Amino acid sequence: MSLLTSLARLRALDEGIAQPIATVRHCHVSARPMVFIPLKLSGEAAAPLAAMLGTDRDEPRLLVVPQPRNRDLRFAWAAELAGVLVPYIETFLASTETVARKNADPYERAVDAPQLVLPNRAGVAFTRLLGRSTRFRSLDGPYPVPMGVPLLGRWLTYFAERAAYPGSSLTLCATDELGRHWASGQSALEDANLAALVSWITEGPNDDAEDPLIWPPAGPATDPGFDAEVLAPAIESESAERVTEALRTQLAPTWRLMWRALDLLRGLREGAGVAQRWEQDRASFSGMAAQVTEGGPPQARRDGAIAAAARLARMERAQAAYDVQRAYDDPLIMAEYRLTGEAFAGEVVENDPDNTEGEGRSRKLRPLVVIKTDDPVRLAPGTALGTPERRGQGAQLVSARDGLVTIKITKGMGRAKTPAPGSVPEVGERVCYTSLTDDFQGSPALPDPEATPWTHGGPPQTYVPTDEDAQEEWS
Amino acid sequence: MNRLDALRGTTPQKPHDARAIAALAANPGCSRRALMDGAGIDKDAAARHLGFPAPFGQSPFAITRGNAFEALVKADGCAELLRMLRDLLGLPIAEVAYHDVENVGAHLRHTHTRTLIDRAVRQEDAGTVYDHPLFTLDIAGHTAYLEPDVVAFQLGGRFHIVEIKSFAVIDGQADPAAVAAAARQAAVYVLALRGLLAELGHDPLRVSHEVVLVCPENFANRPVATLVDVRRELAVLRRQLTRMTTLDRLLDGLPDDLTFDLLPGEDGLPTRPVAELADAVRGAAARYAPDCLSTCDLCFFCRDEARQEGASDLLGRHVRDELGGVASVGEVLGLADGTRDAAAGQEEIARLLRNAERLRRECLT
Repeated sequence: MSLLTSLARLRALDEGIAQPIATVRHCHVSARPMVFIPLKLSGEAAAPLAAMLGTDRDEPRLLVVPQPRNRDLRFAWAAELAGVLVPYIETFLASTETVARKNADPYERAVDAPQLVLPNRAGVAFTRLLGRSTRFRSLDGPYPVPMGVPLLGRWLTYFAERAAYPGSSLTLCATDELGRHWASGQSALEDANLAALVSWITEGPNDDAEDPLIWPPAGPATDPGFDAEVLAPAIESESAERVTEALRTQLAPTWRLMWRALDLLRGLREGAGVAQRWEQDRASFSGMAAQVTEGGPPQARRDGAIAAAARLARMERAQAAYDVQRAYDDPLIMAEYRLTGEAFAGEVVENDPDNTEGEGRSRKLRPLVVIKTDDPVRLAPGTALGTPERRGQGAQLVSARDGLVTIKITKGMGRAKTPAPGSVPEVGERVCYTSLTDDFQGSPALPDPEATPWTHGGPPQTYVPTDEDAQEEWS
Repeated sequence: MNRLDALRGTTPQKPHDARAIAALAANPGCSRRALMDGAGIDKDAAARHLGFPAPFGQSPFAITRGNAFEALVKADGCAELLRMLRDLLGLPIAEVAYHDVENVGAHLRHTHTRTLIDRAVRQEDAGTVYDHPLFTLDIAGHTAYLEPDVVAFQLGGRFHIVEIKSFAVIDGQADPAAVAAAARQAAVYVLALRGLLAELGHDPLRVSHEVVLVCPENFANRPVATLVDVRRELAVLRRQLTRMTTLDRLLDGLPDDLTFDLLPGEDGLPTRPVAELADAVRGAAARYAPDCLSTCDLCFFCRDEARQEGASDLLGRHVRDELGGVASVGEVLGLADGTRDAAAGQEEIARLLRNAERLRRECLT
């Protein structure tokens, strides 16, 4: 969190309503998102209790395990869940586009991808555990599970992993996304309560959000009072209907909140970089779908050394790109860099579009621009600069003093002797330059998994599905 | 009368369990908490009476599961536990004696625990498992009795605390917050057992700083044991306990007639006027932080107080740090708007805040 966000939080506290900390939306919101609110049995690692899910706000599906300690009923529940989620995912596989690649074969990319929307981070963590507890199961052998369960496990694992991937919108966590666009007047810890956060954004703080009788927790853990007074007697009565109705009262309020949260996000204009990141999501989704079709093994329990290093590098690059793109897309995010002196904005007061450097054949066009700014510039002469107004342009800082910054443009003016029209900012134009640039970073050179050095445990064992995996207890 | 007893008044003392002692380390800067815990006040009852009941509760499902798991580990004289200890400690544990200290009456349990442990150290005999031992720990001059649901295991005169928890370890990973809480609690027992050995004239370091954490593995009920190093938790706990024995400094700053007495009636329910109790509690300064919401019974009362004072503590420590320690919301916003002049030492943060405010205005209009 930055000082700018902290200030917004204080302003929110003072004015009694959340304050915007972004001017555009930085995540993709699907036209047909799958809202998924899972509940688990308290005290258990991953015993599902219920889930409310669906793509239509008027028609939520409620799936319930009427006797949560019964293993067969759990798998029946997982099969039901698979029956909703897997067909939803597969509808996106029908329509694809062919994408050409440099130095590689073209591949098929889905034109749209599924989107799972969960209420909070604990919900994402539970989704991962659900995936872990179902993906190694087997359809035959000593402990068969219903059709679709192992496949569901692989998809749930995939969505939970994408939730941790910077800039990905395949899995949205409602509290995180809202918190990225609005600053409430409460602590980050309290922001994890969806009801409280939505209330801050829409009408101001409301202590009702913390009252489980008015706003039941958004899961996956249920309210202990509800467990003791409503759920336990309902389960004991062995009436599936009673359990279902009890759980519906806990899920329905969150269901409404989730769609409210989506409305709030949809109300913001989409940032320029969102489409590009969604394209990467679509590519990743198609890759995963191809792996499933080709009969690849389920995701490993833990990454091997090389796979872990590669994943970390990928995520670091994605994080860096995400940070830069958000700043370029959104002046309010760029303001954070202006505050720390890594960017500046102001009005062009002077320009020399025909300035050149060098003589003869090495003579180069280097237009000079002088910008008047109020921002505290902390950049050394020679720093490479980029600008959100002209994405392809490259520039270099020449000098900065007394609120006047001189820069020379080095790239993005066309090939002619004079700069292409519009490529050099005019006097009076408002511009912003920053040292933050989205340079391509190559992936680190990692050995093949078979060549993992002994310091890192040696080559990982190839995964062979065993009956032991399929039989793992789920109690 | 002892000043701390006066703070408690006629309210019966609330015994500290290991969870309460472990939680002391969570917010060491809070005087209110140090005083109330030192005096043995039932903070939960106080919060309830003040109209700010604590948001904690445990689901019956979680309790059932926890008990079932513990029973499984301890079944047949801890057979399952011994199997794991053999693997984990690499010890040739053949036969062990099993002592369930709970078999004797409550008033004798501590003496019984002492005798058994003293004998074990002197004879350095074969392995022994002690179930339900009763330890003591000095808290601010009072003796707190700890009834761990853990066992102590000793072999060759060396002791290990075994903590049984029902959160799952999945593919070698567990919820970090749950592990940290378990480690803090286990550290309390290590400290208590070390104290007991020192009292008996033995080397306290015979109690290992590595505790054995027993949890269910993956999604099954099968237990798995792991060694957890609690040296850091021990250091924090020791420092906090020393601080509590020096409550005098905090007591000196209090008005003479201050008391947190709930004046329980014959039915045990508090009869003290709420406003009067609230004033008394406010008499001891709190240091609210959002983390309190998961550890302290009084959290909602202190949060309400922080709201009324407009304290930037409400937003969390790192917001406050970012604001250079400017404590009140009004002050920060005043500096940002330029309607308030920076006091000495605030020039830098004031400049930053004014800049931040200018940028926000520029981008949002």
